[in-house]
Amino acid sequence: MNVFTLGFVAAVLIALAPVLLAALGGALCARVGVFNIGLEGQMLLGCFTAVAVSARTGSAELGVAAAAGAGVLTALVLAIGSVRLNADPIVLAIGTNLLAVGLTGFLLRSVLGTSGTYSSPDLAGLTPLGSTWVGSIPVLGTVLAGSSWLVVLSLVLVVVLAVFLSRTPAGLRLRGIGENPDAARSLGVDVSRYQQAAVLVAGALCGLAGAQLALGNVQLFSEQMTAGRGWVAVVAVMLGRGRPGWVLGASVVFGAAEAFGFRLQGLGLPQQATDAAPYVITLLALILTSVRWRRTVQPTGGTP
Amino acid sequence: MAILRRVLTGAALPALVASFLVGALVLLSAGTNPLTGYQALVRGVLLDTNLPYLAAAFAPILGMAVSFAVPLRMGEFNLGGDGQLVLGGITAAAVASAVPDAGLPGFALAALAGAAAAAVWAALSVPLARWGRVPIIISTLLLGFPAVSFASYLARYPLTDKGTGIPQTPRLPDAMHLPSLPASAYVNVGLVVAIVLFAAYWVVDARTGTGLELRTLGANLRFGQYVGIDVERRTLGALAVSGAIAGLTGALIVAGPPYRFIDGALVAPGYTFTGVTVALIASARPAGLLAGALLFTALQVGGTGMERDVGIPRQLTAIIQAAVVITFVLIVAVRARRKVVAR
Repeated sequence: MNVFTLGFVAAVLIALAPVLLAALGGALCARVGVFNIGLEGQMLLGCFTAVAVSARTGSAELGVAAAAGAGVLTALVLAIGSVRLNADPIVLAIGTNLLAVGLTGFLLRSVLGTSGTYSSPDLAGLTPLGSTWVGSIPVLGTVLAGSSWLVVLSLVLVVVLAVFLSRTPAGLRLRGIGENPDAARSLGVDVSRYQQAAVLVAGALCGLAGAQLALGNVQLFSEQMTAGRGWVAVVAVMLGRGRPGWVLGASVVFGAAEAFGFRLQGLGLPQQATDAAPYVITLLALILTSVRWRRTVQPTGGTP
Repeated sequence: MAILRRVLTGAALPALVASFLVGALVLLSAGTNPLTGYQALVRGVLLDTNLPYLAAAFAPILGMAVSFAVPLRMGEFNLGGDGQLVLGGITAAAVASAVPDAGLPGFALAALAGAAAAAVWAALSVPLARWGRVPIIISTLLLGFPAVSFASYLARYPLTDKGTGIPQTPRLPDAMHLPSLPASAYVNVGLVVAIVLFAAYWVVDARTGTGLELRTLGANLRFGQYVGIDVERRTLGALAVSGAIAGLTGALIVAGPPYRFIDGALVAPGYTFTGVTVALIASARPAGLLAGALLFTALQVGGTGMERDVGIPRQLTAIIQAAVVITFVLIVAVRARRKVVAR
């Protein structure tokens, strides 16, 4: 089986986009010194909101916008709770992740009137770029054929975030807070405001990640459909040490594992075996890079 | 009395009240009268016919609460309960089918094998943290996905009950069914095992050096290291025990009605995260665990009754659970701030 085809690259792009969008949000938080493990729940609420709004209005774009809004609203709990009130960020994130599962399950039944999985012809998905003018570009058209504009946006955001962090005063302040909040405070930087803003932006990105997953990768909502992608994004942030380029690399590992899994399924391997592959590979990648970089990173400690 | 004072002045009670208000808001926004919903919820708990379900759901919820509490006592989070629960269940089913004529002693062996498999899987997160610097909270959770997939694969192909078309293992031989307690068809010896596990946790936590060391590490990791506690050994032990309890819980579910491992049946009722909620708001304190497990079992069973009765989705109880966790930790934080300001 030849994996180095344009079709495989296209499949990897689609598979990595939701993880990448969430992970970029997580990276922003990591750089400003906030350990954000609430990505999964924000992404799941993004999925549901995108599907519900798209089904009601018939517009995928409205669904995407609403999903970003839902992500921000969920992130508000973390921003106010863990940044401003100093509540335990881990427990708070466990709570919001749980809330997302309960709330989407409840609304699936009470608003969309079904359980398990919702899909409908009313549901407008994101337009694949292959059916637009992009499709007629050689090579690029093939690679992006099945991708939505959100996939392209996720790749653009890698550059935007990298430039923001390394080349703008706000980015410098943000990194300064992450390195040493007390020093930043003594220079008159409003630490809490930067941290809250980062958490909210991460929420919006997780909402977009959910929209891409539910309106781009597939066109449906099913309970707990994020299936750990938000946690893989947390791992991608750690793998990439919060650097956008590296985070992209980590997301590619996950995307390739998922796309490769689909191929193997086509060859008759049971779905359960290929379902597990992305998580195992992501964990292995984290371990391998950590072992190599062990001497250069932080001292020991428990869960951060 | 100290316990009573802690309950009355702690953050759990206001968190519960606030969460039921949140639940009421959710009901209102879904166009339902909250009173109708909560009445049905209470009816669901108190209905005679539901009491056996209540007692049957209590054992796995208490088990998963204790499982999450053990590492929480030292400040670590085992979020892979679902994977460990399922691994324990499928291992027990597999071993039991290998010794079909061994009766209850045979199942005891199978349950131990299930506990051991889950213990190893949970403890795997410790070398991952040591050598790979993956936080335990993340590795336990991510390891849960392959575990659930693996069990699902086994129940579908190698261990499947051929001819039923359902992803499930064959029914356990009658001699391996856990004996029912007197006067109930649904409540079996599993409840006794769960209570014994809980009692053991209480004794170890309150009366042994190991318990003291775990609590010390939970209160202040650096201090624990300073006084010479072997952190790595304690972490490994806590995660292994946590996994073993989850695995045993899974095995006990399999030996109760309908006496087999069905794909998804162990995960669907949400025992794991109900246990997580209980342990979090009890701060892993034994007395709180017992009270919390009772309360949240009632909530879960009531939710099922409410869905059947007035058609309100039982996911409402998951929303209330999540709201309890969120408001609890917020109330704790706000009180801590006030204390600092007052000083």
